[in-house]
Amino acid sequence: MSTSTQNLPAPTRSRGAVSSDQPRTRWWLYGVLSLALLVVVAPFVWMVLGSFKSEGELRQSPPTWWPQSGSLDNYTQLFSRLDFGTYFTNSVLVAVAVTAGNLLFCSMIGYALAMLEFRGKRALFLTVMTTLMIPGVVTFVPLFVLVANAGLVDTLPGLFLPFLAGPFGVFLMRQFISGLPKDLVNAARVDGAGELRIFLRIILPLCGPALATLGILTFLGSWNNFLWPLVVAQNESTYTLPVALALYSTGQNSTQYGLLLAGATVVVIPVLLVFLVFQRKVIEGIATTGIK
Amino acid sequence: MTTVTTGAPDRADTDSRRPSDSPRRARREGRAAWGFALPFCVLFLAFTVWPVLQSLYMSLTDTKSADLRSPFAVDLVGFENFTRAFGDPTFLQAMRNTAYFVVVGMPLTLGVALAAAVALDRGIHRLRSVFRLGFYLPVITSIVAVAVVWRFLLERDSGLINTVLGWVGVDGPNWLGDPNWSMPALILMAVWRNFGTAMIIFLAGLQSVPRELLEAAEVDGAGAWRRFRHVTLPLLRPTLLFVSVTTGIGYVQFFEEPFVMTSGGPLNSTVSMSMYTYQQFGFGNYGYAAALSYIIFVIIAVVTAIQFRLLRENT
Repeated sequence: MSTSTQNLPAPTRSRGAVSSDQPRTRWWLYGVLSLALLVVVAPFVWMVLGSFKSEGELRQSPPTWWPQSGSLDNYTQLFSRLDFGTYFTNSVLVAVAVTAGNLLFCSMIGYALAMLEFRGKRALFLTVMTTLMIPGVVTFVPLFVLVANAGLVDTLPGLFLPFLAGPFGVFLMRQFISGLPKDLVNAARVDGAGELRIFLRIILPLCGPALATLGILTFLGSWNNFLWPLVVAQNESTYTLPVALALYSTGQNSTQYGLLLAGATVVVIPVLLVFLVFQRKVIEGIATTGIK
Repeated sequence: MTTVTTGAPDRADTDSRRPSDSPRRARREGRAAWGFALPFCVLFLAFTVWPVLQSLYMSLTDTKSADLRSPFAVDLVGFENFTRAFGDPTFLQAMRNTAYFVVVGMPLTLGVALAAAVALDRGIHRLRSVFRLGFYLPVITSIVAVAVVWRFLLERDSGLINTVLGWVGVDGPNWLGDPNWSMPALILMAVWRNFGTAMIIFLAGLQSVPRELLEAAEVDGAGAWRRFRHVTLPLLRPTLLFVSVTTGIGYVQFFEEPFVMTSGGPLNSTVSMSMYTYQQFGFGNYGYAAALSYIIFVIIAVVTAIQFRLLRENT
């Protein structure tokens, strides 16, 4: 809500209004902001350009900006000699599973917490909220032991099962559904609709914005997650992209700069595109919940 | 899905009374509610609650990786792991490093974020969403990819940063190789990577500052700085509290940057508490690692409480 207004370009200002309080176009501020933008975005540009350079060119000092003889060699190596196709697929599968789980399970419990009365509701919500504050390292060891004992090390379920439903999603969905008019639910009940029907037919269709925010943030989080898969995926066939990149950048390929930059590009660019499409939704979600 | 249907019978409500008056209705609603909550609760118990409790128990034992197959060989050692932590020179160093990171990195991050937010909110009319999007990009980027790129940028001789410094006549340091410069380099990177989130929340908070108030102050002759200091900033206090709490929680757990950039070196100058905990886990010292993770948890709670104190007072 708040963010949508500022997406509007300048014309919202009415002409007849007091004009003295409208700041003049401050060109110096555009200059400063553009410089800042350049600094922030330069590493990305340099990464993408570098992925088309040869090893020799990447070692030149001073560094070149535009590739002298651009080639796709690094990318063909990435997908033929190294198995980045598989890692890419693994990343997608894990992220899709995690996202689907969070959308479904968190909206279900979110509906219960926001619209239904039941014993233990307050305690349940408080417990879930408390775990938002517990650092990841606390659960890391026992979680690994649990997954190892279940024989899920080196499997894709081992990568996504622990993350199928998180407290952040519960918080977000509950907050959003609480804002919907309760009369909708009451009216449907009077008409004889069951809770499941109300949830599926009335509540879920209204949750579009919240589901979009949760979906994208969950997808991004899962795509970029690397510590857990680094420990659980011990065989190349279950590597995700960040795991592969982390291992290659410290292993025997650590000196093949072009290859690494191409790998980094493959990790970054797909989510960048997804984000560009949905950015408004994501930014609204962050502004309202405050958690990335 | 099947669990839900049991809790939500499609029977029509034949009562003519208002739904909330009927105890039967309430019972049914309760069953339906738990039906909706069940799938989450099962996952939550298995993958969050149980590990948290297990970790607490482990922290009081001498569990090592070899003990996992014979859980009864584990001895309760009381608070020994905790006392050991405070006599462990590397962990004490990790605490100092983390404090350095939080104390320098957090104000920098919040400052940059606030400056960017104010500039975007008040200073310019055009291209707002372009700047906002650009500043937010590092947040959504994989830290592993970031590390690959930044290692190049920070290189001693051919790195982009030292090249640019060279243009203005500054002889750039050996960022990641010098114990005095490794932490500043990681802080620089962390600010770059994290200020976008704080900026977005500040932007939302700035929307709630009434324009009339700022206009009134301007009429009274207050300059831009005084308007910011005495009108905007006090009204922004709740947002500031929120942002500093969430940033603080993240920064105390500082882990990814040293993990991918320096492995804690050189000379342990970038080992953080989380990083050291992870190393102990890697060595198989599960009981000790669990104790360390609870120490981090307590520190997070304390830091959060301090921030509430500081920002709630003198309103």
